[in-house]
Amino acid sequence: MMTTALAALPLEAEGAVAAASASGAFSVAWLLIALPMLGAAVLLLAGRRSDAWGHWLGVLASGSAFVVGAVLWFAMMGLPADERVQDLHLFSWIPAGAFSLDAGLRVDPLSLAFVLLVTFVGTLIHVYSVAYMEHDTDRRRFFAYLNLFVAAMLLLVLADSYVLLFVGWEGVGLASYLLIGFWNHEMPNAVAAKKAFVANRVGDIGMIVAIGLMFATFGATDFSSVFGRAEGAGEGLLTATGLMLLLAATGKSAQFPLQSWLGDAMAGPTPVSALIHAATMVTAGVYLVVRSAPVYAGAPTALLVVAIVGAITLLFGAIVGCAKDDIKKTLAASTMSQIGYMMLAAGLGPIGYAFAIFHLLTHGFFKAGMFLGAGSVMHGMGDSVDMRRFGGLSRYMKVTWLTFAAGWLAIIGFPGLSGFWSKDKIIESAYAVADGEGWQPWVFGTVALVGAGITAFYMSRLFFMTFHGDKRWSDGHGEGPADGPVRHPHESPRLMTVPMAILAVGSVALGGILAFGDSFVTWLEPVTGHAEHHEPVLPIWLIMVLTFVLVIAGVFLAWRQYAAAPVAVVPPRGSVLTRAARKDLYQDDVNEALLMLPGQYLTRSLVYGDRQLVDGAATGLARVVAGSGEIVRRVQNGYVRSYASTMVAGIVALTAVVLAFQI
Amino acid sequence: MLNDQSFPWLTTLIVVPLLGAGLVWALPGAARRHARTVAVAVSLLTLVLAVVAALGFDTAASATHQLEEQVSWIPAFGVSYALGVDGVGLALVLLSVLLVPLVLLAAWREHPDAVATGGERIRHYVALVLVLEAFMVAVFAARDVFLFYVLFEAMLIPVYFMIGAFGGLQRRYAAVKFLLFSLAGGLIMLAGVIALYLHGPGGPEGFLVENLVGLDLPVTTERLLFLAFFLAFAIKAPMWPVHTWLPDAAEQAPAGTSVLLVGVLDKVGTFGMLTLCLPLFPEASRWAAPVIIVLAVVSILYGALLAIGQEDLMRLIAYTSVSHFGFIVLGIFAFSSVSIQGASLYMVNHGLSTGALFLLAGFLVARRGTARIADYGGLQKVTPVLAGTFLVAGLSALSLPGLSTFVSEFLVLVGTFTTNKPAAIVATLGVVLAALYVLLTYQKVFTGPVRDDLATTPDLSTREKWVVGPLIAAMLVLGFYPAPALDLVRAPADVTLEQVGVTDAAPAHGSADATTSTTDDGSDQ
Repeated sequence: MMTTALAALPLEAEGAVAAASASGAFSVAWLLIALPMLGAAVLLLAGRRSDAWGHWLGVLASGSAFVVGAVLWFAMMGLPADERVQDLHLFSWIPAGAFSLDAGLRVDPLSLAFVLLVTFVGTLIHVYSVAYMEHDTDRRRFFAYLNLFVAAMLLLVLADSYVLLFVGWEGVGLASYLLIGFWNHEMPNAVAAKKAFVANRVGDIGMIVAIGLMFATFGATDFSSVFGRAEGAGEGLLTATGLMLLLAATGKSAQFPLQSWLGDAMAGPTPVSALIHAATMVTAGVYLVVRSAPVYAGAPTALLVVAIVGAITLLFGAIVGCAKDDIKKTLAASTMSQIGYMMLAAGLGPIGYAFAIFHLLTHGFFKAGMFLGAGSVMHGMGDSVDMRRFGGLSRYMKVTWLTFAAGWLAIIGFPGLSGFWSKDKIIESAYAVADGEGWQPWVFGTVALVGAGITAFYMSRLFFMTFHGDKRWSDGHGEGPADGPVRHPHESPRLMTVPMAILAVGSVALGGILAFGDSFVTWLEPVTGHAEHHEPVLPIWLIMVLTFVLVIAGVFLAWRQYAAAPVAVVPPRGSVLTRAARKDLYQDDVNEALLMLPGQYLTRSLVYGDRQLVDGAATGLARVVAGSGEIVRRVQNGYVRSYASTMVAGIVALTAVVLAFQI
Repeated sequence: MLNDQSFPWLTTLIVVPLLGAGLVWALPGAARRHARTVAVAVSLLTLVLAVVAALGFDTAASATHQLEEQVSWIPAFGVSYALGVDGVGLALVLLSVLLVPLVLLAAWREHPDAVATGGERIRHYVALVLVLEAFMVAVFAARDVFLFYVLFEAMLIPVYFMIGAFGGLQRRYAAVKFLLFSLAGGLIMLAGVIALYLHGPGGPEGFLVENLVGLDLPVTTERLLFLAFFLAFAIKAPMWPVHTWLPDAAEQAPAGTSVLLVGVLDKVGTFGMLTLCLPLFPEASRWAAPVIIVLAVVSILYGALLAIGQEDLMRLIAYTSVSHFGFIVLGIFAFSSVSIQGASLYMVNHGLSTGALFLLAGFLVARRGTARIADYGGLQKVTPVLAGTFLVAGLSALSLPGLSTFVSEFLVLVGTFTTNKPAAIVATLGVVLAALYVLLTYQKVFTGPVRDDLATTPDLSTREKWVVGPLIAAMLVLGFYPAPALDLVRAPADVTLEQVGVTDAAPAHGSADATTSTTDDGSDQ
């Protein structure tokens, strides 16, 4: 059913492009990874000695990686499209005979887009953190981990093989673990960190199995070989590989059914939530799917499952987002939902790949901006995250309010802003999937459309509850409710507001720039191939009107409930759905009942059985074999030294027996 | 050129620690308090000598035994003192001589009663470690089956005392149990050794491995002989269900003993499978492989689940090793050149990561006087370096990419994928369990609020940093640049596979040209 759409994918041309071996500016691409890695190493090894200047070194390491990235981008702009996939060979990494793998980087339009996102947003967040973490005695270690993250993330997107990608993949997982648990002297934070890592590991099963299948089938795991040989492989195998890659992606990108860790991950400091759990790391699953386009080209079923997972998560996150009162958890649910959009787009195949990445970039800006805004609010509100105790903050934190407004308008798809361009394209493409045949366009298109309305509702809810309506806190001088917590909201320092402002500019303008003349779609074509235009099942103007109406309706509902009317400081009981959404639609309960409890039971029984049964049997057997009960009894009776002599005597005696045999 | 094959390097590596042990024991009264210094110096000398010897090793011919020595020992029944190492043997010799100085350095203050008894106990302990070192080098270098067997048994003696005389409260029980299991395996193997000789060519060199390879054994005989050897090695390795001596031994033994016991000695089991079982009994190996693969996969999951359920740090690490040995055995019996390389490399990498974990756990015990996990909590705030190094060692144990264990575990898995997909997929579940046992332990010991009774715990001392530093450096270097280690084990893996009579499965849609095998010759230009 997808074959006609896929015929447009110029696989052969891509193979030819891949052959270009990196030269000129591209030969220093390794610096992108080396610089932040060096920063992390220095900060970790120098320890407390670098406390005074460590954070600036961290900023410098990330910033210089951005400069290198920008240079590479200019260099690539100067190349014709068919030379824009550059492979940089580094060294022979795992020379294991039949499995011989070189470490190498692939600099191409897709990886460069990520490089620029990661280093630009990453550097802004580094700067923000200098102020945000100012009073933390471990600020230097925080920057070491941030640098480690940037290095690992760049390795992930630049790797030219699945195995090296996996190194970055696990590296970002480690950085995420370290940063979620940065304040691990509080047990819930430590538990959240572990949960994230373990959920990711479940996904990693998919990655390892996928790599194993690739090696068994293609005899290689580097992109060039795998993509070049994928066409010749059977659909069953490609489907299995595609599904396993999707499993990996669901872990990393918090997609259904491995989504449950993301909300807990908000235990990390807010800049971490902005960088890792919103803008970059959690989108790695989308990268993986888009990067593996040639594998999915022969696996339409796997691609369909990708779209289904995206659609489910899109709604899942959006519904959860409507019920949360914790500002960070609302944003986390939103992230999950927005990545659902990207995953859905990726699952549409060639017509969606570019839009998945497009939305990933704009989302990286507006979501990071809003997280930093949330951090700024927390900074001014005594680290509180309870939106039911916010309200009316627009008067106290003007810059935070304005920059947050830019992010809010961008994510709900206000016409002209970044999210409008990227999300509308996904909705449109969803209505055009499968050549408009069958149930798929209607289901996927409608889910994406309805999701836009829910997004508008929960994001407006968050915005109004935080910045508008009544104050539900007290300033200690008679303003606000007397029983409210005493807060002294104030605008954050420049080091925090300037990065927020820059991200706000991106939230407003980036989408329009990238959409202008389809420039971003064209930019990605050397990687994703050229997709022919497909007609959606509904006229485009109608889709746009419907989206706009739903968005306005969502905003209006939120305004009526959370800005025009007073907000209860104690959450009302709510409907069944609300209560379920507050509990993340019972995701933890399901995991607990299906995995954790049986696992604990199994472990406990095995521990018991090991002592009582296995040990008893094995020891008994050993005792019989080692036989000659006399030795055993004497040794056990404590004649320790007699064993040595018995042993020697035994060897001598046995030697004698052998000798006798021989003669 | 250092490659002077006439110099008896391997004998030197055996004699130096033995002489060192004698020297330690012979020290006159006043000098006895320097026993540890002497022992460390001897072990460092051995390390330097081993490195010099290794520089003379021709990696291009790593499948051939090098640094060979041969003296007729008991010609009447074919026993020779024949030494020599191929790449795998050399890698394990190097691992052994690297771990010994670290263990000795770590044992500096391990025994609180050392002062009370005038340092007598520590003197005996370090001497035993040196004796063990000599045996370890010898067993990996033995080219004579009988010599191998004698060393295999003789190693029990120092270890027995290292557990039984220096361990915890239940040390005697643990030591006897260790002995019982080993003895049981050893006796069965001895029967096999004798029977094998009788089927061999005989003569004054009748026990040389090279003379016993390729015998035309009757099918049943070969299978019985295989089982005799394999059982001894499975107990040593240790594999499920004959693993139960290890947790007890590790719990009772001083940390340094556990490092050598699990890090090196147990490798004699998997080393024996690889270098004796497969080449000597190829048909029987193929015959038994399906069952052994099942046992290996069971070991992987069982060891990991048991590790999750442990309350004692040392037992926990022991069970993680049961899991890791499962991977090694899986790699050996999956019969792919890639998985066998992975298994060979795993033997070295496991020594590094588990060695570091045992040593760090030992440092914890030295501070707190207990290995009970529940007695710890929140140490990350108090001892950040100890916490950080423990985490790195743990991450290596869970095979985090970028650390050395990953390369070996990964090669075992992808290699197994080419020959036995179900086993590979089930074994992959182990990576989730590994994350659980490592991170749960880290969480319980190092995170959460600082406990009052631990608030003044000192962080790693300079000496202790020197103990774990080299191990962590080795994990990182071999993680990002495993080529030097792979160069040692690549060719032996091919030869072993050839001896078993199996050829690598060709990928279904591989490329006909050699685009992916540019580094087959080991050069990385």
